[in-house]
Amino acid sequence: MTARQWRLLWLAAAVLAVGAATTLVLRAFESNLVFFYSPTQVAAHEAPTARAFRVGGLVQQGSVQRASSGLTVNFVVTDGAHQVPVRYTGMLPDLFREGKGVVAQGRLDGSGWFVAQQVLAKHDENYMPPEAAAALQAARTGAATQVASQP
Amino acid sequence: MIAELGHLALAVALAASVALALLGLGGGAWQQAGVMRQVSNMVALQMAAVTLAFGALTWAFVATDFSVALVAGYAHSALPMTYRFTAVWGNHEGSMLLWVWVLAGWTSALAWRMRGADAAQRARVLGVMGLIGIGFLAFLLFTSNPFLRAWPVPADGQGMNPLLQDPGMIWHPPLLYMGYVGLVVAFAYTVAGLLQGRLDAAWARAIRPWTLVAWAFLTVGIALGSFWAYYELGWGGWWFWDPVENASFMPWLVATALLHSAAMADARGSFRLWTALLALLGFALALLGTFIVRSGVLSSVHAFASDPGRGLFILLFLVLVVGGALALYAWRAPAVGAGASFQGWSREGLLFGQTLLLMVAAASVLLGTLYPMLLDALGLGKLSVGPPYFEAVFAPLMLLVMALMVPGPVLAWRRAVWAWPSRGWLGAAALALALASAVAWWVPGASWATWAGLAMAAWVVLGVARHVLQWLSQPLPRAVRWRTLRGAKGGMWLAHLGVAVFAIGVAVVSTWGHEQDLRLRPGEEMAVGDVRLRFDGITMAPGPNYFAIRASLPMLKNGQTLTTLHPERRLYLANGQTMTEVAIDRSLWRDVYVALGESVGNDAFAFRVHHKPLVNWIWLGCLMMALGGLMAAVDRRRVGPAEGAA
Repeated sequence: MTARQWRLLWLAAAVLAVGAATTLVLRAFESNLVFFYSPTQVAAHEAPTARAFRVGGLVQQGSVQRASSGLTVNFVVTDGAHQVPVRYTGMLPDLFREGKGVVAQGRLDGSGWFVAQQVLAKHDENYMPPEAAAALQAARTGAATQVASQP
Repeated sequence: MIAELGHLALAVALAASVALALLGLGGGAWQQAGVMRQVSNMVALQMAAVTLAFGALTWAFVATDFSVALVAGYAHSALPMTYRFTAVWGNHEGSMLLWVWVLAGWTSALAWRMRGADAAQRARVLGVMGLIGIGFLAFLLFTSNPFLRAWPVPADGQGMNPLLQDPGMIWHPPLLYMGYVGLVVAFAYTVAGLLQGRLDAAWARAIRPWTLVAWAFLTVGIALGSFWAYYELGWGGWWFWDPVENASFMPWLVATALLHSAAMADARGSFRLWTALLALLGFALALLGTFIVRSGVLSSVHAFASDPGRGLFILLFLVLVVGGALALYAWRAPAVGAGASFQGWSREGLLFGQTLLLMVAAASVLLGTLYPMLLDALGLGKLSVGPPYFEAVFAPLMLLVMALMVPGPVLAWRRAVWAWPSRGWLGAAALALALASAVAWWVPGASWATWAGLAMAAWVVLGVARHVLQWLSQPLPRAVRWRTLRGAKGGMWLAHLGVAVFAIGVAVVSTWGHEQDLRLRPGEEMAVGDVRLRFDGITMAPGPNYFAIRASLPMLKNGQTLTTLHPERRLYLANGQTMTEVAIDRSLWRDVYVALGESVGNDAFAFRVHHKPLVNWIWLGCLMMALGGLMAAVDRRRVGPAEGAA
């Protein structure tokens, strides 16, 4: 083969490889997106039941309950308007506190419990996970609109 | 007074950068020898002024001058002396000042190294460095001034984030910035070359060592960050595909492609345009990384403050620099010419394939990093991209890169001529597969990814070994051998072995690493790998600016106590924050890692225990890569294009 043919072949191979890589990348991408829902959205059944997602807000005061053995803990995530009960087994992050911001990643189990695989808390005292802050904000404005629309 | 001096110094530095850009680019364009001589003075002035500003801020932190708002916000009277120094860059403003200081340092180094170079080229390159300096100094002065005063003066500061009170803070940011900012040199050289319409072998030869040094720093900086996250965050992971990590990893991938491509352009004169594009993109991604980390679009330990004005400024600067550079590239590229041609199955062909794979990898990281931000910015909802995406994309790409690493260095230039007898190739491939299969078969739990990772690592090791043996079989004097071994070739071998060591560490720890969260009462035991840990109880341990509870866990093997692990939970007094301080029994073969969780009642505590086989190989491999890169960078004896073409 001539140098020109080699080059064409090489180019075609490169295009094919990049195309295949792009397909694989986009498929992996699509199946690994984790969406965020606020407790209000979960209460309105907008959250998926078959897929993992994130829920965030504040840990409701007085809601943290530990099992007498093992490391299972139950708590309630609230955005001020609605609540989601969460069950998690494992070590909680350092900054997990009642009344503070939290984001949990997991699935709904069918009986209304959100079973978390991962619990994320903020990195420092002044900082709130942006998703949790957004959920609180949305609930606050949403609640205000509802109140305002009352006759 | 000191703070105002620092503020003034920053203004002087900005003026010096403006002068540097004008004199450098103007003098270079009109060939004014007198003007070009002033360039060195401006570089020196910029360096001196930024150093003065950095010194002033350091002084304010060390003396805990709480009348400076930044010091009041990020230091505390009880902060130990070491962390007063690191607190200088433990915040947004100081961190940007460090960025500018490192930039001034690279500019000075470049001015010094180029003192014998063509005066017009030197003036242009330094002028481009001046342009970048203007952008960042203006950013610092107008949106992130570190020297603002606080009034009324608070009695004490708010303290430093406990996560950052760690020796990692001393090394991780400066080294990372050395790498990040170092990519500006290749960028400046390339922009200057494009302005001149000339990207020749001398250009490729000049950017190669700079890129290698920056890349080596970036490698160590990222590895240190990973190592730090591993022991500090208490999660036992070493990489989380967090946007901030990705921000430093994308420039690393491009820089890796760039240094290989520049080596080709240097040795063979091919790949000029591709190398130029990589040099522009490398720095563009470093800027993008700065935007991601510094603009407040993200929330993480690295995001100290969010201020939309800052984000807008960096975004605008990013668009200007990247857009300008790419427009220049599009305009000038046809004049430069692609360089020497080559066949697909040659060293150039394989290297091109590898750099392309690295760029695909960088693009996939970019997608996963920017997509959530973009969606959020457009108000289309909040989502995150899970680590499985990055893993699924990355592993196959990196395995391919490793597969190509072996034939690349031994193939002939330009043409398809096997430098090895094909029996040797097949033998090496078969041996690599056999070794990986043996491990995967003997140790239960291996997946196909483990097997592929180990096979590729073995393939790379065998490839390097075969290359070394071939080199040893040539009759060469001892002095020549030594020079090769500590030079570019030896550096390449070491770096490629580092890749294999890294891959083995990743494959083994992700397959056979074990993690467990459990609750223990005093006297209870648990098994970790081939040892047992017994929880003996909790003691109180006061620290300089925190109060800690400390658990005692003797590590037992066959009834013998090997050592005792002491994980802690610290309550920092300045801001009431709790922090886990893990205890690790390290060895080259495995880590036993214990984090102490919260009290769960009845004297019981939560613990997170990891058994991590070969985890230290990950960072060892990174160090080998960086050391190899530095060895190649300082090698002055390079094969010239004329010699290579013969």
